[in-house]
Amino acid sequence: MDTDRLTLIKGHRLVWCGVVLVPAVFLGVFFLWPVVKVLSLGFTGRRLWELLHDAVFWRVLWFTVWQAAASTVLTLVLALPGAHLLARYQFRGRRLLRALTTVPFVMPTVVVAGAFVAIFDRFGLNDGLFRMRHTVWALLAAHVFFNLAIVLRVVGSYWEGLDSRVEEQARLLGAGPGQVFRWVTLPRLAPALASAASVVFLFCFTSFGVILLLGGPTRATLETEIWRHAVWRGDMASASALAVVQLVAVMALVVVSNRLQRRRGGREQTNLGPRPVASWPLLGANLGLLLGAIGLPMLVLVERSLATGHGYSLSNYGALTERVSLLPVSAATALVNSLLFAMVATALAVLVGGFASLVVVYGRRGLSHFFDFGLMLPLGVSAVTLGFGMLVALDAPPLDFRSWRWLVPVAHALIGTPFVLRTVVPTLRRIDPRVREAAMLLGASPWQVGRLVDFPLAGRALAVGAAFAFAVSVGEFGATSFLPRHPDRLTAPLALFRLLGTPGDVLRGQAMALAVVLMVVTGLSVLVIEGRSSRQGVVRGDF
Amino acid sequence: MLRLEGVSVCFGQNHVLNQVDLSVAAGEVLVLLGPSGCGKSTLLRTIAGLETPSEGQLFWGAQDLTGLPAHQRGFGMMFQDHALFGHLSVADNVAFGLRIAGWGAELCQKKVAELMALVGLVGFEGRSVDALSGGEAQRVALARSLAPDPRLLMLDEPLASLDRALRDRLVSDLGQLLRELGQSAIYVTHDHGEAFALADRIAVMDGGQIARCGRPVEVWADPRTEAVARSIGHQNILSLDDQGHCVLGRLGGQAGLVLVRSDGLRLAPTGVAARVVGSVFSQGRYDLQVEAGGQLLQLSAVESVGLGDLVYLAWSDDAVVPLRSSST
Repeated sequence: MDTDRLTLIKGHRLVWCGVVLVPAVFLGVFFLWPVVKVLSLGFTGRRLWELLHDAVFWRVLWFTVWQAAASTVLTLVLALPGAHLLARYQFRGRRLLRALTTVPFVMPTVVVAGAFVAIFDRFGLNDGLFRMRHTVWALLAAHVFFNLAIVLRVVGSYWEGLDSRVEEQARLLGAGPGQVFRWVTLPRLAPALASAASVVFLFCFTSFGVILLLGGPTRATLETEIWRHAVWRGDMASASALAVVQLVAVMALVVVSNRLQRRRGGREQTNLGPRPVASWPLLGANLGLLLGAIGLPMLVLVERSLATGHGYSLSNYGALTERVSLLPVSAATALVNSLLFAMVATALAVLVGGFASLVVVYGRRGLSHFFDFGLMLPLGVSAVTLGFGMLVALDAPPLDFRSWRWLVPVAHALIGTPFVLRTVVPTLRRIDPRVREAAMLLGASPWQVGRLVDFPLAGRALAVGAAFAFAVSVGEFGATSFLPRHPDRLTAPLALFRLLGTPGDVLRGQAMALAVVLMVVTGLSVLVIEGRSSRQGVVRGDF
Repeated sequence: MLRLEGVSVCFGQNHVLNQVDLSVAAGEVLVLLGPSGCGKSTLLRTIAGLETPSEGQLFWGAQDLTGLPAHQRGFGMMFQDHALFGHLSVADNVAFGLRIAGWGAELCQKKVAELMALVGLVGFEGRSVDALSGGEAQRVALARSLAPDPRLLMLDEPLASLDRALRDRLVSDLGQLLRELGQSAIYVTHDHGEAFALADRIAVMDGGQIARCGRPVEVWADPRTEAVARSIGHQNILSLDDQGHCVLGRLGGQAGLVLVRSDGLRLAPTGVAARVVGSVFSQGRYDLQVEAGGQLLQLSAVESVGLGDLVYLAWSDDAVVPLRSSST
């Protein structure tokens, strides 16, 4: 591998410079500079030190931490049976279920919030004894819905890679099923569980749209407080002080999470024999749980979008093309905006992520680490901090992007790039160096090796990454809600947020319809790719 | 044709190859034999151009290869784990080198068909390489590396991942094929059986150096060092005391090591007494392990003897070969 990298650099220094510079400049201008600006604003102001004596701040911080912790524990416990089913059993529809479980992960936060609003409406949970609306239970349920998929993936695929003969050995030594799980399986899964937990905790810690819409006015986390100060009150000093706290906390979490993921890295890979066929009760109980947790919110959302007060019809969907006074443009126009932005964001993410992957895999060690870490940061750093940073950093020459309409897709591309990186880098790394060497010995120059071996092998991974970047962009809410607005450039998630936040049956119906459309767009883009790639054996990185 | 002069390779502080001189003649099959970690794979990769020597030079005839990148050397290589292109069909794998060389589709197809016949895989062209068995994958890898008519074919333990029976069959197939094609080849293995079956010449490696190089019969008869003797399967290595004595009597003039080749050691009516501690019947003969004065010895005999029997050993003088204890 060293040999071809060296030849590549020597022969085409200029091209290589471009490959390094594009992601570096992109990251520098649109991510690192805003982060630096937020830090400097936060540290220079007095607000940060005042926070230490602010009881409200401590209450917010405490709530942020404990809701994230509770969501994590709940998700892990609920995901274990499903992970076991996917990892160890053969059954009809296994692949479909696997693909379906990725849908919530890319579902826009506002759509998830919408789905739970739909459930509360449908089953009368808005008040009374079983009130869910504006309770912490609503937040936890939504977070479980979101993150179940991550745990299923991370733990499930790790579990799949574990040699089941070890469990069989334990059985033969006299351990009952419970003992096997407690003393053998659980400890062996620990690295994957820890890794999944750290990711879920991070996501819940930085959850924004869900908390804003489901938590009600009294439940504030760091994220919603930053937004409230910056966007509602224009109090940039307080917002940046909070953003500093958020940044530091998130960085620490990212570091911990990276550690845990690296520990998970060196896992055993054993070729397993045929899997046992799942028995009906096992399958039924599991599917019931998974469908209840993942399927129900989606189903109810669809049902609500069709309900009109007197029977079912498509009239809510028809109404999407009409402008309501609440929004500057019709919901349909907002959808078109979102799709357009998503295409631009995807193209950017593929370009930046593709180049960065090359640097991570073939670049010098230091450069490789820098890109690997640097470009993953936007995924870790919350979207809210990202949007806030862009808001305060890119408003003065030479970096005045306030009136630049493509700032939104740029922000989305920053969030999408890590997905491209996470799918492409492992695939590139998995290419046996000997396959490259074999190609070279058959006379292929380094560029021919890239074109004929690496690209065909990694191309599908690039497509998977692109699909995720697209889905993420279509549904992006946190960062977009900070960025300068052109009324006619409203995105669909923002439109949905406003529709959901306003009472009234007509608007609610439209909101449900818009949420369903967004769900279908994001879900389909990932499902199509996911279905194809799992057939063709693309290995997706876990997030 | 291929000549290495004082080639050394370092990984960091670690000298993996140390001043290696080696040559391969046209049409010759040279086998590099040695235990794992002796540097034989590194030597092969250096010849291929996949590692860069820190010292020394490589030549092909009069052409200096030292700085030439791998893809311009015109050498073929077959890897232990096949390294097939997973995204291409069997035929496209085999045709890869031809396409790179700019062959037209029709010519490619003809050549691929030829090669498939040569390795006995007619009808496999359209298959996915993931669907192949180990032996089939091995044949595809061989066809692929032979396709561009390499001036030198290198085989890095190509049969190590296969089971015994398949390996024995493929070794003889491979030897025949290489001879028929008049293909110059370097074959790396740690299995002395394979080495003797294939080699025109054997080079035994030890500690990053060629410890012994010669025709198989020469190397077998006189391995010269203990490490070489062990690499090629000799087991009766005895230490002599200051007067040159060991359990078999006086076999030398001074302290040192001596090899008593099992092919010269036999059971006799009288001689040095030994007790049978192991007996394995194999291919019409008994592979015996006997113990004399605390020393274990191997020999093969036609007589059936039981465990614990007392036997007498005799040997021919030319089966006794002095050894140096380490490679210097």
